[in-house]
Parts: sequence; structure tokens; C-alpha cells
Amino acid sequence: MASLGSVLLALAFAAAATAGLIALIWRHDERKLVLSRRIVYGFCFLVTACIAIIEFEFLSDNFAFKIVQEHSSLETPTFYKVAAMWSSQEGSLLLWAWVLSIFSSAALYFTRNKLRQLVPWATGVMMGIATFFTGLMLFAPDVNPFSQLNPVPSDGIGLNPLLQHPSMMIHPPMLYSGYVALTIPFAFAIGALITRRVDAEWIRATRKFALIAWTFLGFGLLLGARWSYTELGWGGYWAWDPVENAALMPWLLCTAFLHSIMVQEKRGMLKVWNASLVVGTFSMALLGTFLVRSGVLQSIHAFGNNTVGPYILALIGVVVIGSTALIISRLDELRTPKRIDSLISREAVFLVNNLLLVGLVLVIAWGTFFPLISELFTGNKSSLAAPWFDRYTTPLAILLVLFTGIGPLLGWRRVSWKTARRAFRIPVAAMVVVTLALALFTDAGSRPWALALFAFATFAIVGIGQEFWNGAAGRKRLTGEPMGKALLGIVTRNRRRYGGYIVHVGVAVLLIGIAASSSFQTNQNVELKPGESTVVDGRTVTYVRPTSKVDGLAFTAGAIVDVQEGSKTYRLETTRRFYRPTGRGGVGGIGDYFGGEADSTIGLWAGPVRDIWVAVQPNIVGIERKARIAEQGFQTCVEAGPGTPPQCKDVRAMMIAARDNPALQPEALKQIERLQELTAKRIARGYLTENATATFKVIINPLVLWMWIGGLIALAGALIAIWPSRGRRKGALVRTETDALKEAKYREIRDAELDHAAGKLSDEDYAILDAELRKEAVEMLDELERSREGARVGAGAGANGGNGNGVGNGNGNGAVTEHANGNGSSAAEVNGNGHHGNGNGNGHDPAAEPEKAERS
Amino acid sequence: MLLAVALIYTSFSASTEAKEPSQIMAAGTGTYEMTGEVVRGSVQHDGSEGISFRVVDRKGESQALPVTYKGAVPDPFRGGREIVLTGSLKGGTFVGEPETLITKCPSKFTTQTNG
Repeated sequence: MASLGSVLLALAFAAAATAGLIALIWRHDERKLVLSRRIVYGFCFLVTACIAIIEFEFLSDNFAFKIVQEHSSLETPTFYKVAAMWSSQEGSLLLWAWVLSIFSSAALYFTRNKLRQLVPWATGVMMGIATFFTGLMLFAPDVNPFSQLNPVPSDGIGLNPLLQHPSMMIHPPMLYSGYVALTIPFAFAIGALITRRVDAEWIRATRKFALIAWTFLGFGLLLGARWSYTELGWGGYWAWDPVENAALMPWLLCTAFLHSIMVQEKRGMLKVWNASLVVGTFSMALLGTFLVRSGVLQSIHAFGNNTVGPYILALIGVVVIGSTALIISRLDELRTPKRIDSLISREAVFLVNNLLLVGLVLVIAWGTFFPLISELFTGNKSSLAAPWFDRYTTPLAILLVLFTGIGPLLGWRRVSWKTARRAFRIPVAAMVVVTLALALFTDAGSRPWALALFAFATFAIVGIGQEFWNGAAGRKRLTGEPMGKALLGIVTRNRRRYGGYIVHVGVAVLLIGIAASSSFQTNQNVELKPGESTVVDGRTVTYVRPTSKVDGLAFTAGAIVDVQEGSKTYRLETTRRFYRPTGRGGVGGIGDYFGGEADSTIGLWAGPVRDIWVAVQPNIVGIERKARIAEQGFQTCVEAGPGTPPQCKDVRAMMIAARDNPALQPEALKQIERLQELTAKRIARGYLTENATATFKVIINPLVLWMWIGGLIALAGALIAIWPSRGRRKGALVRTETDALKEAKYREIRDAELDHAAGKLSDEDYAILDAELRKEAVEMLDELERSREGARVGAGAGANGGNGNGVGNGNGNGAVTEHANGNGSSAAEVNGNGHHGNGNGNGHDPAAEPEKAERS
Repeated sequence: MLLAVALIYTSFSASTEAKEPSQIMAAGTGTYEMTGEVVRGSVQHDGSEGISFRVVDRKGESQALPVTYKGAVPDPFRGGREIVLTGSLKGGTFVGEPETLITKCPSKFTTQTNG
């Protein structure tokens, strides 16, 4: 299997390199490009096979594989044998390559009939990076996942018990997937820059991958935060640890990117900015991988020995320098004469939000790399702690929430003061009421930052609620559907917009949780003997009794704790497990039962108002002393000195027999182990009556539950936005670039309509905007018509061919769509049954077209 | 721009220097972020006084610096492990600030053998 694996890996390396080279060299040859795409699929298959082999070896405990021996053992539960692969350096590189192969294949599949000029370059970039990572496994020292051990050990070292947590199964792959998915927008951006096709087509083709990356990273971060929250000594859900920051930075940049590309799509602006953002985001993703693997910075995440750091650093250098040079050389194409029409418009808010997000990233990057920066200037590695980060990120995050609320209330291009005032009335009123209530009736007023955040989050949530309400009400007016159905209707018909709004609500709720739990948390260490009580933040904490247990794997010492809050009492159990070392062969001593790797389990009572969090640090000094005595006693026993009980003679006799007769050895070992376990159990029971003082860490964390709820809401919103729209699922609409262009224009018209229907655009503004958009759409369609002249085939024309591509709005009713009944009053997107009112074949009715295709 | 100036200014004033035990012993008083390796078998529980142990440089030989610490002890903490601890030198002993003890997350049991 090992040689097969090595061959497959070498083939994968060759496939990645070949696919990239073919795409670059024969970039004008259609058939060669098909070949290159198929080789990418093949690459995906090969890496999948490599993963399958490694996983198979993990599951079958083949300790001939170095990776298996070092990260798994016979005792490792099956679930964690699967996850053990990515706890290793070589395994995570393989995971990188695998995820990249999947995303590359998907990206090339979805663009197989599009972006003819870009795809070869994008393939080159994606496969270049794939070649790099597979090459690293093949040629860099110590990271070949198929390395063998000789002689073959009988057992493995095992997966660190700290990593034996369900999150280990999902948290690392999620983050890796997020990092890797960012390769796709980056690759297509490079393609766009090289071919000078810097309009929005590369964005449309890869937007979804950016969104997927965002979702994966977000989920990975949330899961990591949750995991860290339930561990002792990991600093709660967030500690500004370099590796945490390394995952947060690309996520923040990706957030900025997802917003600013909308401005490019709709207005053709911010091209330089977007190109720089995508390069920055991808570089940050690589940097994250590098930080996790290199140990240049002090972090609780720094994983063991590292050998690939310098290579990844070199790749980052190439990416950053190459991309920057490319952007500079294309500045003429990227510059646009367009300016933002009005400061009260959605694009202006997007710009502000982008600046805030990039500002956040700059702060975090500075703080994260400060040890390196300070070493450069002062020769000393100095580091910055959480308070420094908080000082800057808090105000930026608060402003960000404010703009998260403002953005959705404003329409694109222009918004009159009157309309803006109308949109802001309710959210601002809600904000004022909630802020006053909080300041008067709670102690929130003592923390102005937290109070400001609560205020702006209220504003954002209510504002988005109003958006949903207005949208649904508009649809209800037009269709007569009940409110619930209308609400569902607007969301399913405009997933991207409403999905995004849901994300905003989620983030606002999440930040409320963070602000409350970080500003109003009580965190105390208390020392108690069994039976004793103390008061923490108005709650009585009682150490009811100790617990203790020994099994083959570990010694567990814990505590039952009662927390009395008002009239209610919550019973919590918290423990610390000490794992016996594994994979050393032979029999250890009794001390092994108590001196192993520790892993705490916290007692947690989660509630909507507050979490009660308790962790115990049992004092096992007495236990350790007893274990040492027992160890000596056991030694004396084995020597069968005078005064030892008769069993000792039996043990001694058996050991002597085993020494002479190797066949008896396993049996003898088993006997000794059994004896040791009995002794260990007796000692462990002693802990129950020792009356030893234990140290408890008690945290009362207000509203922290909302952080997780908000995170889940945001993820749900992202999934709604990712989910393909109905037309897209049918696969009929977007076949070519021009179709995509057309669709984007339609979307813009529909958006304007929706804004108008929701009262965000005044009638006059809407009339002007709509006329402009419509003119652009007609021009575009005319152009399309001309370019297609002669090339049109009956079959291809399909849905819209028959009637000469739509009808004008010369009747001047100003509506994009006419109803079947001809009242022509409004929105295709809102009423959902837009219709070609007068299909006489002499004009265009752009927005009706997608609807029609959908119906037909 | 303003942000940049503020960043640079406060980061230099708010940062704590990271030093290894030998550097701390040479430098004397002050607040440092100490990085080093816990000496095997040196960890002692002082009852309600927290724990005490000795720390040496991560690489190379150095004299061991005695350390006391009160507060939550991370699970992976043990002899032979690398730690980061903020604190200051008082009378030849490095006194750690509560809740600042960080233990590096080991991905393997490499330093386990004689813990």
C-alpha cells in the first residue's frame, strides 16, 4: 500500500503540473483545454485515492506508516483515528491538496463554457499551487505521508487526548477548506488581470467560491471558539492567539471582498481595490497555513516540529510580489472614471465598511506580527496581549455594526434624504428606546462601549426586520399571498440579498453576545474542601463531593458542584482526566496511572441569560505520593522479601518463569497489569476520602449563548445565499458570458424595483435609475443581437428566441414587468409572475425574460 | 494615518518583552513574557499557594529559574513542556501573573517519556 500510495502521490504531482502547463501553453486550443480540465479531474481522483489509503491505514492500525504510528494507537477510538490524519503536518498538507483538487475541479466544471480567455490562466494558477503542495509532500524532508517505519512498532503513540474532542473532526477541515476555497477567486482574478478582462465576469464566476470560503472559515472559527470555550486554560472563546488571528484575518478580508465585489458588479467601480483584496485574502490564507505550521510566533497552536515553513513563506513571497506587480502593470485597465453618485447610497456604505474591515485586519496583523516587528527594531521579541487588541478592535467592531445596519436601509446609487429618513425612522426609534432602557434599568451604562454596541446592534436588527417586513408586504400587495408565504417568497426569489441580511442579523446577535460576555463576565478562582461553599457573583457555589475513577485509559478526578442562583440550584460535574501514556510497549509503573497527559472537562450550565462555567483542578499531590509508595511496595513484593503477602510469591514465580519462557510473557504482563490496576483503583478510591482542597475556576458569563446562536444564524444566512437559485438549478439560464452579463443587468433592474417597492427609493429616484438601467440593458441586448447575428440557431434560441427577444416598455408605464392582466404596476421579483405583456416582437422587456424562462 | 500612529505608539508602550529565563536572570527587575521549558520533575503543588516549578531556556543549557504561579493551570502543563508566562522577577523568583500561563499545544506525545 505504501508504494502504491507513493506512486499515486507522484502521479498526482505530475498530473497537477501537466494540467497547468497544458492550459498555459495551448491556451488557444479548445481541445487541449478540455484535456487539461480532465487531467485536473484526474488529479482530484488521485489525491482522493491517497487520502483513502491513509485513512484505511489509520483504521487498520498499520503502524508501519509513520503518520499512523505517530498520531494514532490501538486505544485511539475509531472516530479519532479518522481525524488523526490532519493532526499531523503531512496529513494536513494532503488535506490541503485534496480540498484544492475538489475546488479546482468544481470551478473548472462550472466555467467549462465560460470565460474562455481566463480559464487557462486560472488553471495555471490553481495547478501551480497544487503542484507546490504535492511537491512539498514528495520532496521536502519528513512530510511524505507514506513514510514507513522499520522495524514496525507494535503500537502507536496515540492522538493527544486534548485533541480527542468531537470538534477535531470538523474544525481543522473547515478552516482548511475555507483557506483553500480562496484559491479559486484568486486564480481567476490573476487570469482576469493577465488577459486584461477586468470587468465583473471573473467575479460572477467565482463569487460563490468566495462565499463558500467565507462560510467554511466562519464555521471553522465558530467551532474553534466553542471548543476553546469548553477547555480549561485556552483563554475562553477568543484569546487573540496568533493562529486564531490568522484565521480571522482572511475571514474579515473575505467579508470586505464579498461586499466590494457587489459594487464592481453593479457599478463597475473599485476594480483595483477588489483585485488587491483578493490577493490580500489569499495571502492571508497562506499566512494562516504558515503560522499554524511554523512556530515563528508564540502560540498555543504551534504544532511540533516544522519543516515546511520556509517553503510556504517562499510561496507567499511569490504570490504577493507577483500579484502586486501584475496589478500595477494593469492599473490603466483597472481605473474607472465612475465615481460614487451620492454619499447616502449603498455603495458608499460598502466603501466605509470595507475600510473598517481592512482597518481591523491591519490592527490585528500589526498586533499578531508585533513580536517580529519589535525584534527588527529593538532586538527583543515583545508581544501584545488581549487588552491591546481589544482597545482597537472594539471601536472598529462597533462602527462596523452600525454600518451593517445602515447598508441594507439604503438603495444603490442614490437615495433622497426624504426616503432615507423614512427608512431610518423605526430602527433609530428602537435603538433609542433600547439604549435608554438598558442605561436606566441595567448596569450596561457602566460600560459605554458595550452600551454603544447594544444600541447599534438593535438598530441593525430592527432595520433588517423592517426590510423583511417591507419586502413581504410589497409582495403581499401584489400577489395577495398571506404574509408568511410572501416572506418565504421574497427570500427564495432573492436568496443572495435576504441571505445576506440574515447574516447581518446573525453577526449583530453574535457581537451582542461577545460584548456582554466580555464586559460583564465574572471570573474567579476559589479553593474549597468538600462540603464548603463560597459566593461568586451573588451565587452560592458548593463543593458537594469529590469523584474519582480509574479505567484502562485514564484516572479521573473530579467534583460535584452545586451552584445556587436565587431559588434554583444547578448541579454540575467537572473532572480532570489523566491519561496513561500509550505506545511505549511493555508495562509501566503504577505512577503512570496518575502522571499522564491531563484533559479537563468543564461543568457548564448554559442559559439565555448567562452561562455558569466551572472547572476543577483537583489537588492530587496526596494521590501521587500514595502511588509512589505503592510503586515501592510493588517492587518489594516482586522481590518477594520477608513479610510480603503470599500473592507476591506467585507474581515473582511467574516473572521468573516468563523470563525463561517467552511464550509465558504476555500472560505474565497481563497479570502484572491487572495487579497494578487493582492497586491504582484502590489509590484512586482514596481520593474520595482524602478531604483534599480543590481549586475551582468559576465563570459567570452573561448572554454568551447568543454568541453561538448569532453565529448559527449567520451561517444559515450564508447557506441561503449560497444555495443555487431556481433558474440556476435548472441549468438553463446562464450558458455563456453574455448570458451572465445579461442576467446581472436584469438582477440590477430587479434590485432597483425591489428597493422601490420596499420604499427605499423615492418615486423620482426610481424613475431616473430605472430609465438608466433599462437603457443600458437595451443597448446590451442590441449588441448581443448584433454579435449573434447569423450564429443563431433555432434550438439555441429556445425560450426567448421565438418572440424576437422581448418587447419594449414604450408604453411608458415605467414598470419592468407587465402583469398578465396588464395593470403593469410593478416588480417581477416581487410578484413572481412577471409576464410579457405585449409580446409583439419589436422591443425588449429585459426583466421579464428570466421569469419567462423559468416558467417555460 | 492617525490609526497607524496610534497603533505604533501604543504597541511599543503596551507590549511586554518576551525573554528566556537566562535573559530574565541577566536583566533583573521588570515585567516580561517568559518563554521556556519546564524542568522535568520540578513541579510542586504548594497547596493553596498555587504551584512552583523551575524553567530553563528552550534551546541550549541555562540555569533554571524558579517560578511561582497562582491560577488556572492549562491541561497540557507538565515537566518538559514549553510554556509562556507573564510576570516579574521578585527576589530571584519569577512570579507569574494569574491566568497568564499558556502551554503550547503539543500535537504529539514527543516529550512524554519521563514526564
